[in-house]
Amino acid sequence: MNIHEYQAKELFQNFGIAIPDGQLATSTTTAIAAAEALGGQQWVVKAQVHAGGRGKVGGVKLVDSLDAVANITAEMLGTRLVTKQTDAEGLPINSVLIEKTYTLKREFYLSIILDRATESVMFIASSEGGMDIEAVAEATPEKILTLSIHPATGLQAHQCREVGFNLGLSKAQMPKLAKIMQGMYALMLAKDASQIEINPLVEIEDEVLLAIDAKINFDDNAVAVHPEILAYKDPSQEDAKENEAAQFDLNYITLSGDIGCMVNGAGLAMATMDLIKLNGGFPANFLDVGGGTNTEKVTEAFKLIVSDSNIKAVLVNIFGGIVKCDVIAAGILAAVAQIEINIPIVVRLEGTNAEAGRKLLSESNMAIIAADDLATAAEQVVKLAENVA
Amino acid sequence: MSILVNQNTKVICQGFTGKQGTFHSQQALAYGTQLVGGVTPNRGGEIHLGLPVFNTVTAAVAATQATASMIYVPPFFAADAILEAIDAGIKLIVCITEGIPVLQMLKVKAAMQGTDVVLIGPNCPGIITPGACKIGIMPAYIHQAGKIGIVSRSGTLTYEAVAQTTKEGLGQSTCVGIGGDPIHGMNFIDVISRLQADEQTHGIVMVGEIGGGEEEAAAEYIKHAVTKPVVAYIAGQTAPAGKRMGHAGAIVTGGQGTAIGKINALKAANIEVVASPTQIGAAMKACF
Repeated sequence: MNIHEYQAKELFQNFGIAIPDGQLATSTTTAIAAAEALGGQQWVVKAQVHAGGRGKVGGVKLVDSLDAVANITAEMLGTRLVTKQTDAEGLPINSVLIEKTYTLKREFYLSIILDRATESVMFIASSEGGMDIEAVAEATPEKILTLSIHPATGLQAHQCREVGFNLGLSKAQMPKLAKIMQGMYALMLAKDASQIEINPLVEIEDEVLLAIDAKINFDDNAVAVHPEILAYKDPSQEDAKENEAAQFDLNYITLSGDIGCMVNGAGLAMATMDLIKLNGGFPANFLDVGGGTNTEKVTEAFKLIVSDSNIKAVLVNIFGGIVKCDVIAAGILAAVAQIEINIPIVVRLEGTNAEAGRKLLSESNMAIIAADDLATAAEQVVKLAENVA
Repeated sequence: MSILVNQNTKVICQGFTGKQGTFHSQQALAYGTQLVGGVTPNRGGEIHLGLPVFNTVTAAVAATQATASMIYVPPFFAADAILEAIDAGIKLIVCITEGIPVLQMLKVKAAMQGTDVVLIGPNCPGIITPGACKIGIMPAYIHQAGKIGIVSRSGTLTYEAVAQTTKEGLGQSTCVGIGGDPIHGMNFIDVISRLQADEQTHGIVMVGEIGGGEEEAAAEYIKHAVTKPVVAYIAGQTAPAGKRMGHAGAIVTGGQGTAIGKINALKAANIEVVASPTQIGAAMKACF
């Protein structure tokens, strides 16, 4: 799960990580009030969306008058921001963060992640902050420092020093960095974060270190036990269909093609998408109906797929293990009875109760094409989608 | 023979009296698995499915001499269940549970260091040696004792590979679903090295997917250490970067873990990679 920058900074503050003075605004009036309260002559207006790469596309702007604060805020609010991390439609800007500006002396990169290769919590630090860290890792890997934390010992003082010396920090800055790193580590453990990124971490006057940006991702498996994190959820930043699917406990991801897919199992769902592509078609979605499915869930899943106006054909691919094929068939029939569907539907049922499922479909008089195997099913659905076009 | 489990493996079930534990214990018993009891805290002393229920894994091991455990407890209690099995001296732990917080799995992995415990999963279909021992949620009837070892990150794709090798008359020696989570127990190399050493196994099917670097590591390993024919399939060629495809581990980040990168690594190791999941059985058959 993702959260906004202002929310991440709220958490930073709670965990002792120094952040710039700032206030959230959702209107020009509150933006001016925020700037006045912060004081000074210059502010930065930052669009709050769940995506990085904002600076390059006008989502972060420096302003030096209250009028400009109001104008830029008015320009941003209610529009959608398209960055290299969003799709072509971008994400809605419903709020902006107004912050004081500082003279930046140096910019660093600091993050903590769950690293699957080393199976550990790992700090990543670089003296090359404020830039695309993946590009830095590619071009100058020697400028990236990684440090694994053992779960039994936790973060040690020498590890903080290691990072500090690598970043070229002064003696006075060492305890400040240690406080930030301890805060990040504690926050990660306390809230089940999967990634916390500060890019850039900056040095300002008086050798002070500040987290100018803040990005936190949380482990979806764990958010259920952190209601305060769940409260940060902003559905406006997520795909409407994916939100709807989540209500029915369905695993759905919107893609850009025109062939709808309903599959059981994540691996088989990915494989089904690949097969469609291999046959020259384009999948419209990833959908895993899961192991503990029932007729109602299948009906909702099916409705969700065909509610996409781009859809020209649907492929249902089930290898019933725990999932029973007759339950899937009944769900499809219930959906077809509830909504008008005039696109071709190809169904491949294999495994538990496959015979019973096929029988239900063939006796229904619905225009459902039963495929004997997966290869044929994929071929057929791509041909049918082409004919609709 | 087979790997990891056979007809003599004594198994207990953690989460024995729950809905999932009950259903899959019944299935395991029907298959002939030597299920000798189960664990549900505060239910010790009861009899469930004709077998003894224990309060702790330690008590279950003492009474039954079980060496393997299958875990069907809810996600927020599953890491504790794995740790309990480790402490009780269980040698093979199969954790089916999906949705365990990843940080908890880091603790489990740290606790396993320096022990000879083998963990399969979590978020996996389990392990089966056809005709001998089934520990997991796979549909039994698609399997047939035979000569192909199967290792996979995905449940339903394992079933595809199993059904196809059965249809081709090859059958399976042992099938291991290693699970779809980023931090998990056995990896491809752990399973493939055992299959290479197993006399009953004559060919290996490896089913991978996007995310992580284990397929690439396996490719390198197979190149140097495996003499048996290997057929591989990688799911997720059409998956967009940054989107988690159902499994917590199936995500392409920063250009790492792409399907094409894995396919190229496997091909560079002279491993046959099929483009379609429907070709796994035929490609394996062609090796004999």
